[in-house]
Amino acid sequence: MAQPPDRAPPRDPWTHLAALTPARIALGRAGPGLPTREVLGFALSHAQARDAVHTPFAAAPIARALADLGLATLSVESAAPDRATYLRRPDLGRRLSDRARVELEARTFPPCDLAIVVADGLSSAAVHAHAAPLIAALLNRLEGVSIGPVALASQGRVALGDEIGQALGARLVAVLIGERPGLSAPDSLGVYLTFAPRIGLTDAARNCISNIRAAGLSYDEATFKLAWLIGEARRLGLTGVALKDESDLAQLPSVGGAILPQG
Amino acid sequence: MAFHQTAGAQRYAFADLRELMAKATPLRSGDALAGIAATTAQENIAAKLVLADLPLKALLAEPLVPYEIDEVTRLICDSHDAQAFAPIAAMTVGEFREFLLAETTTGETLQRLSPGITPEMAAAVSKIMRNQDLIAVARKIRVVTRFRNTLGLPGTLSVRLQPNHPTDDPAGITASILDGLMYGCGDAVIGINPASDSLAAISDLLRLTDGIIRRFDIPTQSCVLGHVTSSIELIERGAPLDLVFQSIAGTQAANASFGVTLALLKEGREAALSLKRGTVGDNVMYFETGQGAALSAGAHHGVDQQTLEARAYAVARAFDPLLVNTVVGFIGPEYLYDGKEIIRAGLEDHFCGKLLGAPMGCDVCYTNHAEADQDDMDSLLTLLAAAGINFIMGVPGADDIMLNYQSTSFHDALYVREVFGLKRAPEFEAWLEGLRITGPDGRLAPRNAAHPLLAAV
Repeated sequence: MAQPPDRAPPRDPWTHLAALTPARIALGRAGPGLPTREVLGFALSHAQARDAVHTPFAAAPIARALADLGLATLSVESAAPDRATYLRRPDLGRRLSDRARVELEARTFPPCDLAIVVADGLSSAAVHAHAAPLIAALLNRLEGVSIGPVALASQGRVALGDEIGQALGARLVAVLIGERPGLSAPDSLGVYLTFAPRIGLTDAARNCISNIRAAGLSYDEATFKLAWLIGEARRLGLTGVALKDESDLAQLPSVGGAILPQG
Repeated sequence: MAFHQTAGAQRYAFADLRELMAKATPLRSGDALAGIAATTAQENIAAKLVLADLPLKALLAEPLVPYEIDEVTRLICDSHDAQAFAPIAAMTVGEFREFLLAETTTGETLQRLSPGITPEMAAAVSKIMRNQDLIAVARKIRVVTRFRNTLGLPGTLSVRLQPNHPTDDPAGITASILDGLMYGCGDAVIGINPASDSLAAISDLLRLTDGIIRRFDIPTQSCVLGHVTSSIELIERGAPLDLVFQSIAGTQAANASFGVTLALLKEGREAALSLKRGTVGDNVMYFETGQGAALSAGAHHGVDQQTLEARAYAVARAFDPLLVNTVVGFIGPEYLYDGKEIIRAGLEDHFCGKLLGAPMGCDVCYTNHAEADQDDMDSLLTLLAAAGINFIMGVPGADDIMLNYQSTSFHDALYVREVFGLKRAPEFEAWLEGLRITGPDGRLAPRNAAHPLLAAV
């Protein structure tokens, strides 16, 4: 049974600040510790995040949504055969399974400017919720950029996009991937953009946009940044630490508006 | 040079020092992932037995990562102080452990030895030390640093106030900063991990934190944890930057994966020094590290992750940092699988860092895909406080809503102060009492909605 409210430790007298952030502030205290409601509330959030890690990736609904946008898809999987192996062996999550590699090698793809990879990463909930709408928003911001088939990758890590992008003959690869679930954000999506993808690149060669979710970075903001980075990457012929995200200096146009600084 | 050891009925062979070090390491998932861990419990102990009889000099003579291809190895070898090393030069690793534990070996002695101790020596001895040894020796060593306050004094523990926000919203970040200050946190640094790595965003956050620090005359420093090249660029553009941050690792190739070299770190430090923003000292660097970083970058050269982590502290100490933070459980279960491995790693990192002369803090933390929970963090926090750690993180409610992991909270800092009687940095402690956030005993004063700090928003 819960304590009667008048006996529970009160929150701190600056709860008005708590409206300004989803962070856990003005919690109140019981001596140096947390009030009981906060201790158990935290434990419940942790239990939800733990469960989110293990939700299986469902590619079919994403493939249907992308088909509606006129995008072809192909399903691939990493060399990690299951979730337990995936968690202990990130090296397997960065490489295609033998089956997927053989399939990609057997087909020929016309070279493209941009390959898109949708990978479950550590939160399939994130890609289930955000991958298709984010791609739809991105298409509205890109002009004159050829896009290859979208790879839907299970048990995938970021670097899996290097092998896929290379196989697809892409100049750039954008990997949309579920970020590791936080207590307050079980469905946060990240995007990693890599120029001239090939096996063996490190994260220094990528640009990242993270925290794409309802209470984080909106589709509109995220695709504005992504389209800006794609434009700059094509202009400069690189991504990574040498490409500073200065999209803030460009004005965010209204939804569906035109694009980006041509360089 | 090959090594052999009989343990029980079995004879074990170790091809070289690198293999011996890896197999002597207490088991962890990262070394298994790299394929270099001991395959049986007895092989692990056999390796420890060999290591205990190894002369410290052997660790100096045979670099685990070749001198010719790695600037971190060159830094370690070229800066080794033979005179400081002389008192322990004849010891084996096992004798070195016993020397470290002796009551007659004081913190001052260890500080004099520090320039003669290489990260490989620190790592080797840690591998044959139990958790209690790591605590008992580390607590002798104080590494004191200064910028706008004095960190690392005996009987103190400081907190990095970490007010991250998923979209870098200024009001949201300000709310978390005020909450943390009202809980008596923020003396190590007010340090924000930016969600965006854009220069404009980092510059805005620097101005925000600098404004709060100046408005309330807080004896602390701020940092936005962007890349060192961003910091250098922002210094040139006139941004109010206190500390230059950078993630670092223990090999040249791993540092390359972070986009840094030793020369670039030197450039960053010189840029920060040129601003002369410190009032009581000029330790201007803030480094973060973590076991597994080199393996994660494919840059480990077959060396175990704990030894490479110790090498990162050799990089850090070369730049006189204010803060070195091992972000121990952030990297995930493929490197440190569960609470037991995270706790062990946190104690090793703190011990090795302190022995090498680095001002060690620890982000006592875990991710949601690791087999760990808040009870494990309570254990590590308590052990590190006993070991005399310089600083920990203060994250609102222990839940980092930007980086999506769990760390320690403002409340956790209260807990550990209460249990161990630990004070904050003296300048900050006085500031808190002056504003009546704390009473004369250092405990939180009764809360007041009309407190001037709260009128800042």
